[in-house]
Amino acid sequence: MSFHFEARFGAIGGQGIITAGAFLATAAIMQGMNAVQSPTYTSQVRGGPTKVDVIISEDEILFNRCTKLDLFLATAQRPYDLYYTDLKDDTLVILEENLVKNVREDGRKIIKVPIIELAEKEIGLTVTTSVIATGIVVAVTEIVKPDLMKEAILSRVPKGTEAINIKAFELGYEVGKKYR
Amino acid sequence: MSNRKGVYTGNELIALAAIDAGCRFYAGYPITPSSEIMEVMSKELPKVGGAFIQMEDEIASMAAAIGAAWTGVKAMTASSGPGISLKAEHIGYACITETPVVIVNIMRGGPSTGFPTAPSQSDVMQARWGTHGDHPTIAIVPGNAQEMYYETVRAFNLAEKFRTPVFILGDEILGHMNTMVELPDPSELDVVEREIFQPKDGEKYKPFDMSKGDVPPMGAFFRGYRFHLTGLNHNEYGYPTIEKDMIRQQQERMMKKVENHADEIVKNELFNMEDAEYVIFAYGSTGAAAKLASKVLREKGKKVGVFRPITIWPFPDKQLDEVIASGKYKGIMVAEANLGQIIYEVERVNKGRLPIKDLLKLDGTPVSPTDIVNRFEEVF
Repeated sequence: MSFHFEARFGAIGGQGIITAGAFLATAAIMQGMNAVQSPTYTSQVRGGPTKVDVIISEDEILFNRCTKLDLFLATAQRPYDLYYTDLKDDTLVILEENLVKNVREDGRKIIKVPIIELAEKEIGLTVTTSVIATGIVVAVTEIVKPDLMKEAILSRVPKGTEAINIKAFELGYEVGKKYR
Repeated sequence: MSNRKGVYTGNELIALAAIDAGCRFYAGYPITPSSEIMEVMSKELPKVGGAFIQMEDEIASMAAAIGAAWTGVKAMTASSGPGISLKAEHIGYACITETPVVIVNIMRGGPSTGFPTAPSQSDVMQARWGTHGDHPTIAIVPGNAQEMYYETVRAFNLAEKFRTPVFILGDEILGHMNTMVELPDPSELDVVEREIFQPKDGEKYKPFDMSKGDVPPMGAFFRGYRFHLTGLNHNEYGYPTIEKDMIRQQQERMMKKVENHADEIVKNELFNMEDAEYVIFAYGSTGAAAKLASKVLREKGKKVGVFRPITIWPFPDKQLDEVIASGKYKGIMVAEANLGQIIYEVERVNKGRLPIKDLLKLDGTPVSPTDIVNRFEEVF
């Protein structure tokens, strides 16, 4: 069985989750795998439910939306409710613990992290939520090398925001290691 | 060798391919989910000496692209369903004046403003009959990132070769996905260059010269000779005519130049078809979903193949007929992200020979491989 990994991140428009998905796909490509990032968002510029599907595979990726999730992450209740589909029995679920309150205890492994609180208190910028989340994901799944993830982040973030994004990723990564 | 390997969205690939195919004019008006095409064109066209204009609206964008084409350059515009509705009048003008121009529609939900950020395939019939009157249509439905690039190049080639507007029908999923693509060096591409009419010995340019075959030579403004273009039925010189033989001959030639050359325009992918018992007919991102569904169904012991048109207009009548007439298959399932458009074309070609089942879905989410697998198991 060749390697195949599907992840979905659900969030609120403005949290940067679509870009975070692109970081992960880019890092996977740098690591020599096939990867695709496919976003879904609404007409609301900020505040609407948003998701991004990321597929990483050794094989050719025929369809660019997830059908069998290995990982589901949500940073708010609405996207959690809307996009909690395509799960397998063993899909790993990562949740923003203060914003996703109504959780389905359906036997899947759930990791709860106060991601937004970390962004506010440790980084001082809520908009880094999604980058922290990818740090957690990379630490827990070890899906891509953290150094490549940093390289991917640096290749895509606006000038002047490099340091804070790397700091946010590293914070997420350190927090995530505890849940391996 | 090319060092243009990178992570691109489908929309970016269309824009980059257009430039590599020689497009030097873009006029448009931003609309989700196609805006990134415009964004890239605005940045990249000036670098290669091209012109980019954000027009006041969709109608003007279409007009500007047609005008640019008649100055001798390759031109493109891009939009989504609501914008294409507005462009419809000028698309007809492009058809009757036989103007090579590429029109991209990154399809979203409709009608009206519909669902701007959601995928659909509900404009395939709009591409065929969105403007009034009998006219030929060439429309391409890329199904993956590679095709967003290479089929855009082909769209320009077909527009030049047949002197007619060519649609690229993408959809929101294809437009917005990010994936890795290695772009070729533009010099490696087969690109059809326009031969612009140059008069010899005071020869008069006839933009609709029927003696020059189905596709008359293309002229250009500002080259020292005069000619006339009109949306009215016209004679060989482009002047309005009420002469019935002229109208009929010109109309028929205009249709024939595409119909008679369908084999050069039609393109399909046959996936897992060799030993298949059933066929899924699907295009665009649904075609991609069908390929994955075919793999999943085969793991379950169902021999399923995929007929994926890459050119949707002209419709692959001959190629689909061959599949049906081969007697190898027990049934066809048509999957599309609308409530039934292309299925009627499949039924027309099928002429009742094979059972046809449908998977029609229009709810703002893509037709997924899981949808196709479930529906297939339900109907066959």
